[in-house]
Amino acid sequence: MIIETSGLRKSFRSRQGREKKTVEAVRGVDLRVDEGEIFGFLGPNGAGKTTTLRMLATLIVPDGGAATVAGVDLMRDPGEVRRRIGYVAQGGSTWDDSTAREELVLQARLYGIGKSVALERAARALDAFQLSEYADRKCKTYSGGQRRRVDIALGIIHEPRVVFLDEPTTGLDPQSRAHMWDEIRRLRTEGMTVFITTHYLEEADALCDRIAIMDNGEVVAEGTPAALKREISHDVITIGLNGATAEAATLLDSVAFVSRLEKLDTGDGLRLFVDDGATAMPQVLRELERNGVTLKSIELHRPSLDDVFLTKTGRSLREK
Amino acid sequence: MKFFRDTWLIFARQMQLLLRNPVWVFVGVFQPVMYLLLFAPLLKPALSPLGVTSDAEAYQVFVPGLLVLLAIFGGLFQGFGLIAELRAGVIERSRVTPVSRFALLLGRSLRDVVSLIAQAGIITILALFFDLRVFIGDLLLAYLMLALIALMTSSVSYGVALAVKSEDALAPLMNTVAQPVLLLSGILLPLQFAPGWLEDVAKWNPFSWAVDGTRALFAGDIGNDRVWQGLLIVSVLTVLSVWWAAREFARSVR
Ligand SMILES: Nc1ncnc2c1ncn2[C@@H]1O[C@H](COP(=O)(O)OP(=O)(O)OP(=O)(O)O)[C@@H](O)[C@H]1O
Ligand SMILES: [Mg+2]
Repeated sequence: MIIETSGLRKSFRSRQGREKKTVEAVRGVDLRVDEGEIFGFLGPNGAGKTTTLRMLATLIVPDGGAATVAGVDLMRDPGEVRRRIGYVAQGGSTWDDSTAREELVLQARLYGIGKSVALERAARALDAFQLSEYADRKCKTYSGGQRRRVDIALGIIHEPRVVFLDEPTTGLDPQSRAHMWDEIRRLRTEGMTVFITTHYLEEADALCDRIAIMDNGEVVAEGTPAALKREISHDVITIGLNGATAEAATLLDSVAFVSRLEKLDTGDGLRLFVDDGATAMPQVLRELERNGVTLKSIELHRPSLDDVFLTKTGRSLREK
Repeated sequence: MKFFRDTWLIFARQMQLLLRNPVWVFVGVFQPVMYLLLFAPLLKPALSPLGVTSDAEAYQVFVPGLLVLLAIFGGLFQGFGLIAELRAGVIERSRVTPVSRFALLLGRSLRDVVSLIAQAGIITILALFFDLRVFIGDLLLAYLMLALIALMTSSVSYGVALAVKSEDALAPLMNTVAQPVLLLSGILLPLQFAPGWLEDVAKWNPFSWAVDGTRALFAGDIGNDRVWQGLLIVSVLTVLSVWWAAREFARSVR
């Protein structure tokens, strides 16, 4: 367990005109992140993801609760936590008139690394993030994706055990996003624990080993993407038939892996609820073929994380 | 040790960025030179009631005032750069590292001190052509006064910038501070001309003591009480400002 939190809370007082308002940004978050995994924080705008990350990165002091980060008590020794983690802010972190190399060397040195090692590390990071070509150009000349890669490189220049990446791919085109995913997976291969936030369902699904879904300052679900989806509903196989619906229904009802079965309203097909659609499909096909039932169509629907979000919060995460 | 190293890192970075942008160096020298050329000639006749009879004497009164003015204003407006850094995320990026919070402030303020002293040096040399004469020891002590003022005003500006986080709030605040400070310090014209009540009010303005002290130094009057009094007052205020601003850097706010 490299990160463990319990009851982490934070509220902000803000002023709107003359009225003072209290925003409960994070209301009691319990999390467990394992060493060496990519952990994702999925949630809509204002869910409290950044606030949680900033607490874990020692940038703001929690109002209550406890946390251990990389083996250190967050409240008791924030300075030591700082030495063991990396943090990449949502909004970027580079200065227009500096070059990527200068930024990287400075950042390494701020972590106490000597000059020659810092230069070496910077060169290695530039190489790893495919930035060498632009390394000595001012950051203001970079594209959004290049600049974001510099941000990430800055966050890991001191080789921390845990790195927090706040929305590492927001604003990137699909290709740059895929590249960024590769970079993040590479960090995992190097043994780093990566904690990212995102509002992209696909990202949480494809990239993260485990996720926590956050809404309105609370974690509403936590687990592997597959388990979360399985928890809320089964995979659904829909088959279309030319007649023989009743016969197919009797055949498939006796198959072990079909947990439930219903006839389509149109009468020309069946809906099968199964645990794992991918392995069930070929078996369904074989079973029907062996008994001489001809299929017209077959379709698999697997629940998405959006279905999970919908079930847990009553709202959809996908922008309409 | 770590503190000195961190301060040096921040300072070196800030100097590098400053020198990369030579426009600032030009602006920083151009304006004071305009004062020297266009405003100072008015001074000799204006100061004649004080017994000023030569250009050299007029510059001895005017140049120290101008330098203190630059130190105050140069410092007070440094906060704008910091707000730009806040917005770019550079400050947050530094704050997640174990770097000393005090170094984050001092590295920046020392850059401001160095650039002010460079500016003051150029102006002093130019003033030599207008027959200004000053002893090197006195001059160095005057520069110490200027350095302390710049350190004080720039750290105040950084502290306020961190607290308000927006240019729109910083600009009127700094102007409001700067204007009475300027008017009540006898920077442009010595307060000997002032009516009694104004002189009494000015006694409460620390910069008025600083200007008097600096003028005494430029006049070669190092034994004048105003010299040590000015240095003492400015030192105390500098320590307080730096301490307060460093706390603002340490406070964890967005
Ligand atoms: N410094 C602050 N002062 C006042 N309110 C704040 C502050 N920081 C965050 N909040 C509020 O706390 C809530 C959570 O914000 P947070 O930035 O953690 O959300 P988020 O999940 O990161 O959202 P996004 O996906 O938009 O980045 C929001 O309602 C926000 O307005
Ligand atoms: Mg956020």
